[in-house]
Amino acid sequence: MAAESKPFPFSTLFSNVGQVGLLFGRAAAGLFHKPFERENFLQQLEDIGVRSLPVVSLTAAFGGLVFGLQTYIGFHRFIGPGSEAYGGPVISLGLTKELIPILVGLMITGRVGSAMAAEIGTMKITEQVDALYSLGADPVRYLVTPRLLASVIMVPILVLYGDIIGIACGYIYNIMMGVNQHIYLKNTLLYLEFWDVVTGLIKASVFGGVIAIIGCWQGLEARGGAEGVGRAATRAVVVASIAVLILNFFLSKALPADMVI
Amino acid sequence: MIEIQGLHKSFGANRVLQGLDLTVSKGETLAVIGQSGSGKSILIKHMIGLMRPDRGRIVIDGVDICCLSERELYDVRRKFGLLFQAAALFDSLTVEENVRFGLERYQDHPPDRIREIVLDSLAKVGLRDVEHLMPYELSGGMKKRVGLARAIAYEPEIMLYDEPSTGIDPIRADAINDLILRMQQELNVTSVVITHDMTSAYKVADRIAMLYNGKIVQIGPPDEIRDSADPVVQQFIHGRAEGPIKEY
Repeated sequence: MAAESKPFPFSTLFSNVGQVGLLFGRAAAGLFHKPFERENFLQQLEDIGVRSLPVVSLTAAFGGLVFGLQTYIGFHRFIGPGSEAYGGPVISLGLTKELIPILVGLMITGRVGSAMAAEIGTMKITEQVDALYSLGADPVRYLVTPRLLASVIMVPILVLYGDIIGIACGYIYNIMMGVNQHIYLKNTLLYLEFWDVVTGLIKASVFGGVIAIIGCWQGLEARGGAEGVGRAATRAVVVASIAVLILNFFLSKALPADMVI
Repeated sequence: MIEIQGLHKSFGANRVLQGLDLTVSKGETLAVIGQSGSGKSILIKHMIGLMRPDRGRIVIDGVDICCLSERELYDVRRKFGLLFQAAALFDSLTVEENVRFGLERYQDHPPDRIREIVLDSLAKVGLRDVEHLMPYELSGGMKKRVGLARAIAYEPEIMLYDEPSTGIDPIRADAINDLILRMQQELNVTSVVITHDMTSAYKVADRIAMLYNGKIVQIGPPDEIRDSADPVVQQFIHGRAEGPIKEY
């Protein structure tokens, strides 16, 4: 007997995208309504930004080191000894436009997106979200808006910080390998444009918004006790990670390669 | 005044409320009794607009809340104070911040007055010197009393109590019963008390309603319920395992 085939749940996919879109709209509208939850917002800036510094530092440092290593090998092998100093712009461009935004985005998804889903999910199943409603607070404005804004602001700042660490580590690795310091720096400054850095920061801002909204959405959708909260946290990481990777490609396509600022 | 007409609510195949009718007069204290999972908590969540019915009407002081937007529900909800079954204190806030939460949103007082009301509300439920503590530092009973202080702080017109005496020692539970009575006598607060505790129901209620199979099967003054001829009511109020109620 042939197994009954299950149709791809397009309706669920569209329904979920619609829910996330509506939640984003309500959270964004919350920015223009009083009272703005200032203390909540400051707390989120600290949670998302300051507390992510160690993990971003490590990720950017080793990302920069390994990218520096592979670029050094690539230039040495394909162009020849002495050409490694021309790898500086490649390292800087690759790090600022792609590698650091993606690595930071994925690390923040794991650290912050899952925490948002777990915290809001726990509030949901312990009726704290209902308590917010009963006490005159809109849960979206109270919980989601501050997280969304803090994430949109802090993820680009973390990426800029990661850019500096990553480029510095790529440089240090190449200098340790005996690359000409003067040519390396001159080429990096000559070919790395301000727009390249801005491109990475625009992506980071979008990633920040997506991570926060998916984390909060999964938290608000949590059902059924501790198991449900665990599922919400896992789903938040998986869905946000996939969204970050897909969005990265389309943003790379959509954002112009060069722009004079 | 609360009027509920033909209220239906299902979760998948589970039909929790099946055409429930109920009226609570202004200033009245109504106790709703019924087995676990019979839909008592679902009922009070409908009254405050936390859940939308599948069918039926819920009219609060002449306003049918079923069709209201979230913004319009805000004005209705400020009339209500809700004590949650497990207190539902905000984990990240201190006791004082929890109690002042609704007060700051529903009323406009200077900070000194807010602190005064917070301490007064905590004193009413028998708590002192706990305002700086976090919810995880409180016992289950203390959490419940903080939840009650939070609900009464902004002096709502209607109080909904979801099992107020569960998890509290009998002496403290009786003090909460006295508080419910005082709220009615001094402030003419309308109260709906969800409870399994018949001692509490007999003491605080003007009327008791028995919820069974998604409907109110009997409603009346405590004496009428005590002397009810309905075997379902008799089995429940006497806590007998044998009887028509089988779904435990």
